Amino acid sequence: MSEALPKNNIFKVIGASSLGTLIEWYDFYIFGSLAVIIGSKLFPEDAGASALINTLAIFAAGFIVRPFGALVFGRLGDLIGRKYTFLLTLVLMGGSTFLIGLIPSYKTIGYAAPILVLILRLVQGLALGGEYGGAATYVAEHAPENRRGFFTSWIQTTATLGLFLSLGVIVITKNVLGADTFADWGWRIPFLLSILLVVVSIYIRMKMHESPMFSKLKSEGKISKNPLKESFNNKANFKMVLLALFGATMGQGVIWYTGQFYAQSFLENTCKLDFNDSRYILLWGIAFATPFFVIFGAWSDRVGRKWIMLAGMLLGIVFYRPIYQTFLDDTDFSSVSQSEIVSSTPSIHTVLLDQSQDSLRTTATKIVLKDGASFVKLQHDTLSVAKGIVPAKELIKDKVLSKPVFWKFIGLIFFQILLVTMVYGPIAAFLVELFPTKIRYTSMSLPYHIGNGVFGGLVPFIATLIASFAGSTPLSGLWYPIGIAALSLIIGTIYLSNKRDEHVND
Amino acid sequence: MNTLKKFLGLVWMVLGPLAMTFLVIQAIDKVGLTHTAIERTNTILQWGIILFIFFPISLGLMIFGFYAWKGEYERLPASSEEL
Repeated sequence: MSEALPKNNIFKVIGASSLGTLIEWYDFYIFGSLAVIIGSKLFPEDAGASALINTLAIFAAGFIVRPFGALVFGRLGDLIGRKYTFLLTLVLMGGSTFLIGLIPSYKTIGYAAPILVLILRLVQGLALGGEYGGAATYVAEHAPENRRGFFTSWIQTTATLGLFLSLGVIVITKNVLGADTFADWGWRIPFLLSILLVVVSIYIRMKMHESPMFSKLKSEGKISKNPLKESFNNKANFKMVLLALFGATMGQGVIWYTGQFYAQSFLENTCKLDFNDSRYILLWGIAFATPFFVIFGAWSDRVGRKWIMLAGMLLGIVFYRPIYQTFLDDTDFSSVSQSEIVSSTPSIHTVLLDQSQDSLRTTATKIVLKDGASFVKLQHDTLSVAKGIVPAKELIKDKVLSKPVFWKFIGLIFFQILLVTMVYGPIAAFLVELFPTKIRYTSMSLPYHIGNGVFGGLVPFIATLIASFAGSTPLSGLWYPIGIAALSLIIGTIYLSNKRDEHVND
Repeated sequence: MNTLKKFLGLVWMVLGPLAMTFLVIQAIDKVGLTHTAIERTNTILQWGIILFIFFPISLGLMIFGFYAWKGEYERLPASSEEL
């Protein structure tokens, strides 16, 4: 039997663990949310799109090294204990985030800037790889066995709340400083702010005690001598690692990142929604859906973890394409009739092109519709001395939705995050129960970070890549998360057990 | 159910190398489509990362299939002592 703590003590354990984990997620996500600005600071001014691509590659590097962090820190956690290991990951994460905020730009130190940021980003990824498994294990090993799903689900809220916090801090900083100051130096504030949050969290975590189960193993001299070998060289355990990856975490990862990351990218880049509108939609969706992590976590204590997670995957497979088709249809302003237009305000800007008599005329027309929606129609025409006006293709951007459509989109994002809560709420308890105490930190961290960090973290990148193939449509990218979730659903349905292991102290 | 688990093990064993072959073909195809030096460098970098990451995962899927085919998942461990 696990030695359950009194209720107020377990909430102290949860609070201390969750705060640090939340801060680590915050640190990890601000980089992605600021990729465009960071790209412009780290690379030459004329690098254009390749600056963003390289910045996104640096962002992706953080996801890719997460499984390695799981191995390094998981091993440490099983050797020296949970408390000191995830204290170390917190220091590494907070320190590297703070330093990213201090890195001079390309103008000052040249290519040393992106190289230093890449190194710090790798440290961030390694730290996160070690953090989550430690926090989930630590809470689960304190929780009463019949409420493990409920108590670990608080840890599960932290990833989404970290994203929420990062979006909120960025939006507030930008609104307070103004767009120009934010682009100049204000983008550093969310990074620098991290150090305050980390100091508070370290102070709280220092006061925590080691997990009772690990302490017991240690006092009995039963801790693992070589957790990596015992986790992956032992067939009985390794087959469970593979089952956890292919039957659960792989599908969970793509559902998580489609609902919260790809959705935002799709609204902003494919639907051309206004910067603030797309972020507010996500913020509201997260705010409404977050309590369901705890609801599904608690429910999994009664009905088992398996079917709740697999139902989340199934709903994603069925509903993703209709949801994203609705996003496209409701933001299509290409056939707006004159009777729907309330006002149309053009602003014209003309510049002379280099070494010729030709000039480029940019006409940005802000169009407001009767239902409150608006958008900007952008037209670039070349005024050629020889050929007259050479028009270019019209672009529509900065779309602001009418109130009913805005709330409809919040509902659709809410639904996607609800699916996230179904697959993610119970998964910490599920993973903890799969592995023995002495190698739990190592064994559960690897499938989690391959599933979540690699399969999930690459959703925006791979989906965008698929959508760029010849003959593809804007919805083609969804085949990646749908395919992976379907594979995981089949494997999970057939091979996973719904039985809850009550004895995690073995 | 155990027969289905074993039969699907064969499917997973085949799916691993199939997925890798598909990715390699896609990588060659997409890198070949790019023209300028910077585009080519970016595309090779992107596909290199994808292949580097998914190769061991495909291998893992094959091993998972092999275990399933051998009947290792017919009965899951009931306690950690069996691990």
